[in-house]
Amino acid sequence: MESIIERINQGKFWHFHGGIHPPEQKATTSDKPIKQLSLPKQLVLPLQQHIGRQGDLLVEVGDKVLKGQALTQSSNPMAVPVHAPTSGTISAIKKSVIAHPSGLSELCLFIDVDGEDTWKKREICQDFSQLSRQEIITKISNAGIAGMGGAGFPTHIKVNTKPDINFLIINAAECEPYITSDDLLMREQSEAIVDGIKILDQLLNPAFILIGIENNKPQAIKALQQATKHIEKIKVCVLPTKYPTGGEKQLIKILTGKEVDSGSLPINSGIVVQNVATCFAISDAVINDIPLIRRVVTLTGKALSKPQNFWVLLGTQVSYLLEQAGFVNEDNNNQNTQASLQTSPPVIMGGPLMGFSILNEQVPIVKTSNCILAPSKTEMPSAFDNSSNEVECIRCGQCADVCPSQLLPQEMQWSAKAKDHQQLTKLNLFDCIDCGACAYVCPSQIPLVQYYRVAKAEIRQQQQLDIKSEKAKARFEARKLRLEQEKIARQAKHEKAAAARKATMNKKSADGGTASSAVAAALARVKAKKAADQNKAETAEPTNQVQDNNVQSEKSQVKAAIARAKAKRLANEQATKPAIDNNVQDSVVDDKKARVAAAIAKAKAKKAAEKEPSSNPDVSSAEAQNTSTGADDKKARIAAAVAKAKAKKATKKESSSSPEVSSVEEQNISTDDAQNTATDADDKKVRIAAAVAKAKLKALDRAKQASTTNSEE
Amino acid sequence: MNILLAILVLGVISALFGALLGYASIRFHVEGDPIAEQLDALLPQTQCGQCGYPGCKPYAEAVANGEAINKCAPGGEDTIKKIADLLGVDVQPLDDNHEQDDSSQSNLPKVAFIIEEDCIGCTKCIQACPVDAILGAAKQMHTILSDECTGCDLCVAPCPVDCIEMRPTPETIQNWQWDLNKIAVKQIG
Repeated sequence: MESIIERINQGKFWHFHGGIHPPEQKATTSDKPIKQLSLPKQLVLPLQQHIGRQGDLLVEVGDKVLKGQALTQSSNPMAVPVHAPTSGTISAIKKSVIAHPSGLSELCLFIDVDGEDTWKKREICQDFSQLSRQEIITKISNAGIAGMGGAGFPTHIKVNTKPDINFLIINAAECEPYITSDDLLMREQSEAIVDGIKILDQLLNPAFILIGIENNKPQAIKALQQATKHIEKIKVCVLPTKYPTGGEKQLIKILTGKEVDSGSLPINSGIVVQNVATCFAISDAVINDIPLIRRVVTLTGKALSKPQNFWVLLGTQVSYLLEQAGFVNEDNNNQNTQASLQTSPPVIMGGPLMGFSILNEQVPIVKTSNCILAPSKTEMPSAFDNSSNEVECIRCGQCADVCPSQLLPQEMQWSAKAKDHQQLTKLNLFDCIDCGACAYVCPSQIPLVQYYRVAKAEIRQQQQLDIKSEKAKARFEARKLRLEQEKIARQAKHEKAAAARKATMNKKSADGGTASSAVAAALARVKAKKAADQNKAETAEPTNQVQDNNVQSEKSQVKAAIARAKAKRLANEQATKPAIDNNVQDSVVDDKKARVAAAIAKAKAKKAAEKEPSSNPDVSSAEAQNTSTGADDKKARIAAAVAKAKAKKATKKESSSSPEVSSVEEQNISTDDAQNTATDADDKKVRIAAAVAKAKLKALDRAKQASTTNSEE
Repeated sequence: MNILLAILVLGVISALFGALLGYASIRFHVEGDPIAEQLDALLPQTQCGQCGYPGCKPYAEAVANGEAINKCAPGGEDTIKKIADLLGVDVQPLDDNHEQDDSSQSNLPKVAFIIEEDCIGCTKCIQACPVDAILGAAKQMHTILSDECTGCDLCVAPCPVDCIEMRPTPETIQNWQWDLNKIAVKQIG
């Protein structure tokens, strides 16, 4: 490690493989100070602006919010909150286009700015060295700071690590063409940045702090050297300009000569890399209690008449920024609208090499957007040309020469086109940093990096599917196992019950229910008779309206079914009761009697049902009779529910079918159909009937229970 | 004499190796049918039963025993190709019985959705679901755990009130795919 520092002191650095030297184009904006923007009318804040998860909403539509007020929160460590960038009213919470190459919509908060810019209550911390480690991490976490270099990894996780950090590297390289936001920030806010570095120093306690900065920013280098000259630990390392020096692994390689293993994180080698803008945000958050609500954004490109760096509130829409920077829409001036629609001037979020064209200018600035590039046609003809100029690969090997990750771009291209995911993984596709150097040098104009992006997304998708199918398999197996166990348990229960029955039969216990069973049978008879009488009375009534008739028939049908079910149940009871009886012969006689009584009741019920012109005794009674006593009423109830549902459906379908026909049909066709057609009457009535039937069943059920308790006594 | 010696030595050696192999085949015996396991890993695990077998595993076992390889409708051509690769047989088109229409709509991943105001709580769909992805109880409203749903369609038919429908999974940032045909991929610089 000492040797590393010695080398750095001598101004010698290592090299990473490959790299390119594209035209820098930084002069367009690097000579102007950062401009403050007037407040926009509306801000759009996506709930998720970083890698990880989005937080839960703390506000509702119509709420007044103050500048710096937290709008989301979450206990998930991978979630960082978003804050109101200025005071105003939440006007909507809805899906809106976000800064993503897909142009998809995600949940966003819309804030109507009131223009007063009122702060929430802030606690300014005079001396951060008094704060404990945990307090600082909480402050950083609450301020919603995520890496501002591009990936947006939550900062509080990155700084909350085990000790033994050898190097804290501050990434000030800003290697991508056009972008000057970090450059200007370092020039204007070098003191605050150094404060942020000191806070990080306090948290991580690294052996050395290295600021990696490219030599094309002389003013920023001077400012940083000035600000850090009293601090031994911090070394400003002026690096030769080469793209992509600002890549995390590339910067580590240049400064320390160490290579981070594939699939490993720098932290495993005792190195933490932080972006310089993140350092500024940390000092703002810890010292001034200002959450991450603004950032420096470079607005550049020849299509802008006033390119400059701006302090932009998060959530400001790109259209507003373009307007402020004097966006000249060439196409609108020169061509008719039809043509301009087809070749709308591209606006690129991020740099020219790693950025993406935004499809909609309503996209808001988020924590990771550092540049908006609006090139003119002469400046970047390829961005305007929608046809692909891609030709066959000529195997020149230039892409492999410039690849900073030492991959084989040409090989990967074949595999990506063939969707050979296995081969791509073997070629270490996931070590590709999407820098675009290969595509930049490709003489065949193959958009190599785009193929890799697609392939990466596909592989990730496939991995997710694999995980899902694994899960489905596990659940399926678990279900199968459960069903099997339930089956075994059921069988065991049945066997046990059978054994118990046998045992009681053999015991021939003395407590008898001869009298009560007779009473119960009589009760059933009376009830069945009553029901039949009622039915008769109902049918006797003059029924001019066919609808009424149908309803009644439905009712009586159900009643008949109930009576039959009841009779059957009683019969069953009688059948089991003799086991309890003292005298076997007596019980046999009683049993016989009871059965006869039940049969009579059944017959009567059947007769009554048959008298109804449209009733069908097989309807629910058939179902009710099928199974044992306990399940009977449940089944009948389910049948009623199903009938209800079916009736509803049927009425929808055949609202015009004639009642006369239906009544004739009913007697012929099967149960379900009978019910379907019986519902010519409006479904409300039918439902009432069903409900009545259900209620009666319940009542009968209760009566039955009472009678059984009687008989057991 | 020399010949006899050579025969003897070779005989002893072969007997030795034979014994070793015999022992190894017993000692390191692999339980189960590895081909069926490999086939099962290729199948999409929707457990939909469209192949005529109660789940993916039984179909994998059947294929291992000579069943046609083209009966997995959810897996489609890709799965058939993979199975054909594994077994070293010719790729066949998907079985006519479950030929799906090739419209892009039908190929989208789907999950079941219960229209909850129509649900009568009959639990029939719960019994049909092969992966226990439906939550509910008798006479309680049911709902689908869409993260667990495999989109197998099996719950749609048993519903007496037709309140289940298959809906394509919405496209989100997480499952979004770059589409080189739709999005202009321009290398700028």
